[in-house]
Amino acid sequence: MKRVIPLKVRLAQAAKLFLIYIVLCAIAVIMIGPFLWMVSTAVKPLQEVYVYPPKIIPSRLSLENLREVMRIIPIFRYLLNTAYLAVVGTALQLLIASMAAYAFARLNFPGRDTIFFLFLGTMMIPGAVTMIPTFIIMKVFGWMDSYNAIIIPSMASAFGTFLLRQFFLTIPNELEDAARIDGAGRVRFYLTILLPLSIPAMVTLGIFNFLGRWNAFMWPLLILRTKTKFPIQLGLAMFRSEWTQSTHLMMTATTISVIPLLIVFVAAQKYFVQGVVLSGLKG
Amino acid sequence: MTTRTGTIERKGWTNFQDWLSRKEEIISGYAFLLPTLISVLIFVVFPVFFSFYISFHKYDYLSAERPFVGFDNYVRLFTSEKFWQTLANTARYALAIVPLNLIVALGLALLINRHIPAINVFRTAYFSPVVTSSVAVAMIWSWIFDPGFGLLNHLLRLVGLQPQLWLGSPKWAIWCLVFMATWNGAGYNMMIFLAGLQGISQEYYDAATVDGANSFQRFIHITWPLLSPTTFFVVITGFIGALQVFDQVFVLTKGGPAGSTRTIVYYLWEQGFQYFDMGFASALAYVLFALIFILTQINWRFGSRLVHYQ
Repeated sequence: MKRVIPLKVRLAQAAKLFLIYIVLCAIAVIMIGPFLWMVSTAVKPLQEVYVYPPKIIPSRLSLENLREVMRIIPIFRYLLNTAYLAVVGTALQLLIASMAAYAFARLNFPGRDTIFFLFLGTMMIPGAVTMIPTFIIMKVFGWMDSYNAIIIPSMASAFGTFLLRQFFLTIPNELEDAARIDGAGRVRFYLTILLPLSIPAMVTLGIFNFLGRWNAFMWPLLILRTKTKFPIQLGLAMFRSEWTQSTHLMMTATTISVIPLLIVFVAAQKYFVQGVVLSGLKG
Repeated sequence: MTTRTGTIERKGWTNFQDWLSRKEEIISGYAFLLPTLISVLIFVVFPVFFSFYISFHKYDYLSAERPFVGFDNYVRLFTSEKFWQTLANTARYALAIVPLNLIVALGLALLINRHIPAINVFRTAYFSPVVTSSVAVAMIWSWIFDPGFGLLNHLLRLVGLQPQLWLGSPKWAIWCLVFMATWNGAGYNMMIFLAGLQGISQEYYDAATVDGANSFQRFIHITWPLLSPTTFFVVITGFIGALQVFDQVFVLTKGGPAGSTRTIVYYLWEQGFQYFDMGFASALAYVLFALIFILTQINWRFGSRLVHYQ
């Protein structure tokens, strides 16, 4: 059955589509505009920053601001520090969460379900409640101003364990039985069969976790004192508190801080979105 | 799950083998759980109780004297004007940002939930503030809110409105924070809503269209009720997050001007880590805990009653 659509209806549809694109673009300006304004401020010559009315497009590209920022703070060092903390922290969490998830999903031992339930319950404890005691524990451990204090206390994750457990439950038991008949122990099964099969789930969880660690601010603020150890967010905030009036330098530093993660995001967008959707499913 | 309910007679050797393998499974179970268990005990379970303990002491971690003071910290907290102002600020912030974020995120999700060319470009654009840290977001927007050279005041002057001090104004500062956080976070809930929308079967819409429902009626009678589990989730997690806002306050306003942006967690940081009055800060943490606990309970108890499932 072929329907003939009257011209009037087609025109109305085209007009509606046009309108939708106008709205989409207007919102895109609000969402992307601030980034462009930041970059514009970062690369314009100083005399064009503090002018009225604002000059949106710089007359020429200037790297003067970048040189100035690099002279004042070791900003690329900050990025490396952040990358290190985020990668190591994420890897450790994935390892520990997947081990626990394996135990919860596939092994029978007394108290398993009670422990699992209580563990999930810890998700509702706000970070502010454990912050002061954990700070004191770090003091006792002698971990103040060290990366141990950033990585170790946050290594276990109820949410991550829960997510991986759900994923492991979907992997058929026969696979483990077969592996055991072939003589593989539990560790061998976990390492050579379960983990490789879970790569998509691990990547999703990992990217999400990486994002949280990259953007973490409050805990590093409490723990770290040595400037060269700062992750980027802390470095940025401290830079601002000392150079409040130098907006052009702030925007340059912020641009450098934002770009790496935007690149990671565009490259691994699928996993970011999956992570968000999964976090919504627990509710 | 491997349950051992065989009908085989278990005697002698078989029985022993079975016992051995069960024992092995139990040991493996605890072994795989061990790192998580230790970590949670040291960094979650113990701190929760320790925090409670601290809240009944005068606790300055720099001094060796940590006397028990009973409910003193709580009394000081509830009789302090600063605390009530902080609570009011936080409530104002949360009650503004949660509905705003909800409306914006749902609106965006409805807008991008269509198969038209280049729609993925827009999805990416709307989501990109989510991957940006709150510190960076604060930096970017403080420049836009700048009273002298900021874009916002420029736009206001263009349309003939009065420029404002924004972050420097006790009246506007907290709304600036609300706006900033919405820009930062709406894309996140947009994606959650989008997944929710895509989970609604097209058949409902087709049936409603046949019955002559227009798009507004379809939204009210199909989309909104069927989306209610997602909405409920977004609202509850939104409140829990909003009660703990800190980064932007620290970077931009330090709780000012005139204490108008001092939020619970900022106040906690100030008391605990500036004045080292950790007993007082822990009492405050427990008040926050109680608020969040109530929200979680609402989520668990009423979640299934307030919402519709397909």
